[in-house]
Amino acid sequence: MSATMTMKERLAIGRVRMTELDAVVRSRNFEEVNRGLSREEAECEANRCIQCTHRPCVDGCPVGVSIPEFLERLAAGDLAGSARILTGDNALPAVCGRVCPQETQCEARCVRGVKGEPVAIGYLERFVADWAMAHADELGRPQLPASTGRRVAVVGCGPAGLTAAGELARRGHGVTIFEALHDTGGVLRYGIPEFRLPKEIIDREVARLLELGVAVECNVVIGKTLTIAQLKSAFDALFVANGAGLPMMLNIPGENLKGVYSANEYLTRVNLMGAGRDSQSTTPILLGRNVAVIGGGNTAMDCVRTARRLGAERAMIVYRRSEAEMPARVEEIKHAKEEGVEFLVLNAPLEIVGDGEGWASFLRCQRMELGPPDDSGRRRPVPVEGAEYDLPADVVVNAVGTRANPLLTATAPDLDLNRWGNIESDERGATSIPGVYAGGDIVRGGSTVILAMGDGKRAAAAIHDYLTGGGAA
Amino acid sequence: MFEVIGNDILAPNLHRLTVRAPRVAAARRAGQFVMVRSAAGEERIPLTIGDADPAAGTITLYVQAIGASTRRIVAVPAGGALRDVAGPLGLPTHIANWGRVACIGGGVGTAVLYPLARALAEAGNEVTTIIGGRSAQYIILKDELAAFSRELLITTEDGSLGRKGFVTHALDDLITDPKLRPGAVFAVGPVPMMRAVAEQTRPHGIETVVSLNPIMIDGTGMCGGCRVVVGGVSRFACVDGPEFDGHQVDFANLTDRLSTYRKIEAEHACRLAGKETV
Ligand SMILES: Cc1cc2nc3c(=O)[nH]c(=O)nc-3n(C[C@H](O)[C@H](O)[C@H](O)COP(=O)(O)OP(=O)(O)OC[C@H]3O[C@@H](n4cnc5c(N)ncnc54)[C@H](O)[C@@H]3O)c2cc1C
Ligand code: FES
Repeated sequence: MSATMTMKERLAIGRVRMTELDAVVRSRNFEEVNRGLSREEAECEANRCIQCTHRPCVDGCPVGVSIPEFLERLAAGDLAGSARILTGDNALPAVCGRVCPQETQCEARCVRGVKGEPVAIGYLERFVADWAMAHADELGRPQLPASTGRRVAVVGCGPAGLTAAGELARRGHGVTIFEALHDTGGVLRYGIPEFRLPKEIIDREVARLLELGVAVECNVVIGKTLTIAQLKSAFDALFVANGAGLPMMLNIPGENLKGVYSANEYLTRVNLMGAGRDSQSTTPILLGRNVAVIGGGNTAMDCVRTARRLGAERAMIVYRRSEAEMPARVEEIKHAKEEGVEFLVLNAPLEIVGDGEGWASFLRCQRMELGPPDDSGRRRPVPVEGAEYDLPADVVVNAVGTRANPLLTATAPDLDLNRWGNIESDERGATSIPGVYAGGDIVRGGSTVILAMGDGKRAAAAIHDYLTGGGAA
Repeated sequence: MFEVIGNDILAPNLHRLTVRAPRVAAARRAGQFVMVRSAAGEERIPLTIGDADPAAGTITLYVQAIGASTRRIVAVPAGGALRDVAGPLGLPTHIANWGRVACIGGGVGTAVLYPLARALAEAGNEVTTIIGGRSAQYIILKDELAAFSRELLITTEDGSLGRKGFVTHALDDLITDPKLRPGAVFAVGPVPMMRAVAEQTRPHGIETVVSLNPIMIDGTGMCGGCRVVVGGVSRFACVDGPEFDGHQVDFANLTDRLSTYRKIEAEHACRLAGKETV
């Protein structure tokens, strides 16, 4: 049908709306909010793509997914063909379709967005990826080349490590992933909540890797259980993707009161350990009536929406700048608001005030206003004199960010780091140690899933060249 | 899965587990710990590695069954398995030769003390060991500790074994006698005990190392839940510790943070008990 559709007809189609769980219902459970598109909706939306020749969306995608091609196959009703194109370009499309900031990447470049709304590329990526997962048999198994006999160790089982492992296995190399935690997925598992990314998707992606012959060893902390030097002698090459798992502290008084969590602790308890969510879990969490989450990124939104689901009467974002500066995805901010989250913007935390028995009870805030633009043209928040107040908060979550965790790098003195402790690497991931590559958040600092995956993909190609003697040395 | 080779009861609710974990056994040094989950759905529990046999690929854990999760760990029989054992974590004990040292253990802390005291003895220190408990049946590892200690002093609160009283009474004798006075003190046990020891040595300026046991989740520095205040700054016990200068530790904050989930756990225990009776 798509071939017969005229340009005018394509332009007349309005952007599809994602079906969502009702905001009141979902703010009390952990079910996925976005329900996905039907096949009719997806094919219709794919027809909104006018197949323009300069393909700006592809440039907007950090891994260069062949977007017009997979949309064209989808519009033609050839789901298997569409899925082959998508999964060939992107190792974790069901994840990216859910968590990528499409609004600043592919969709931001879509020509249809110039005069209206861009094609819903993210929704369609998710649709095709979910279809591919459900119809794995129809797609057939990828043909693996003969084993090269070369072995690669991957450190960390987040998106960077998972992507690199898949790419290397498809080139015939033996791959073992070493993961410090007891489960796979990295931030996808312990950070991003179930209501945005069901954990079943990670399980399936990992199962696909196992089918490719990848070995995953959990409970191995590189730098402690085994050293980089040991891995170097047991494997032909290494890919280090241990993420940016070290919470930054607020450094304000009261930070060690009971009820004050880092975002990592709060989310790990709930997501990885099942606290407050799974009746079988024995890990506890403080529920909190008034929960204040400090920060304005995706992590802050995930925490505050989790707090709401754990029953908080007031779940609040406390952010020192204005909403326009929030780094969180637009969709997350929208969903949070619908779920009853309060946004206290232009508020800087000064102190967490205790109740006299060691429990957090108030967050002392300083009201801010936007001052004149600074050299960079950004209006910096400045305190409003005398405007301090106490916000009731029995749980305070610090979601201001993370840094590189030195646990591994401290035990590998030959590995060059930048001044923030991130591993130095070239554009293909090569580090200061020959045969050791790195990517994802440990190189970039807190970044995104898709950039971590892009690093994994590029490093896998570089490692392949290194192992087979091809490409630049 | 990590096979449990042996599970003996040393004292009421105190078990010694021997677990097959070859990589941990090979890498481990005195003072380090592992994170353990008995099964899916369970909490991650930090446990000090009491001993290791790299040749056999085994580690020894001393586990006091105090909560739901530790009870399930000790319930795993020989031949069974623990789902997750990750480590060795934390910094190893700083071992040096002070000449004379006092090693003090209270309750299950004695098990944590054991590898540390032995490492100190092996480094040439003259070790005086003081262990204390409520009564005789809570005194563990006395033969093992006596094997390398110059002297082993035992105190019990009820006087059923050794001297009646607390470890601090025995320590007092050492500190006040210039001929016995230790160059450093290592104390592992309940927070009030460690705090009392630190207060006792402070006026004498005797270096005092304590091993802290805050609540932990990952044990790798990722969550910050294990933070303790040392010298006025927050430190992560799982990566910067677990051993710290006892004179710098904010014990009040540690005690307080340890009580975070007490109410939730009590309610949970009630619910379980309620279920079992119906
Ligand atoms: C709450 C939250 C929400 C986010 N939301 C989004 C979003 O919506 N969209 C988006 O694009 N990005 C989002 N991000 C960012 C994104 O998740 C990260 O950029 C991405 O996961 C980085 O991937 P990675 O593979 O480099 O590292 P990670 O995902 O951090 O994985 C690293 C893995 O290595 C393991 N590890 C660490 N140290 C060791 C060691 N010494 N030995 C062995 N294993 C080790 C860790 O346990 C972990 O499993 C979010 C981040 C957080 C925290
Ligand atoms: S236990 Fe999480 S940082 Fe120490």
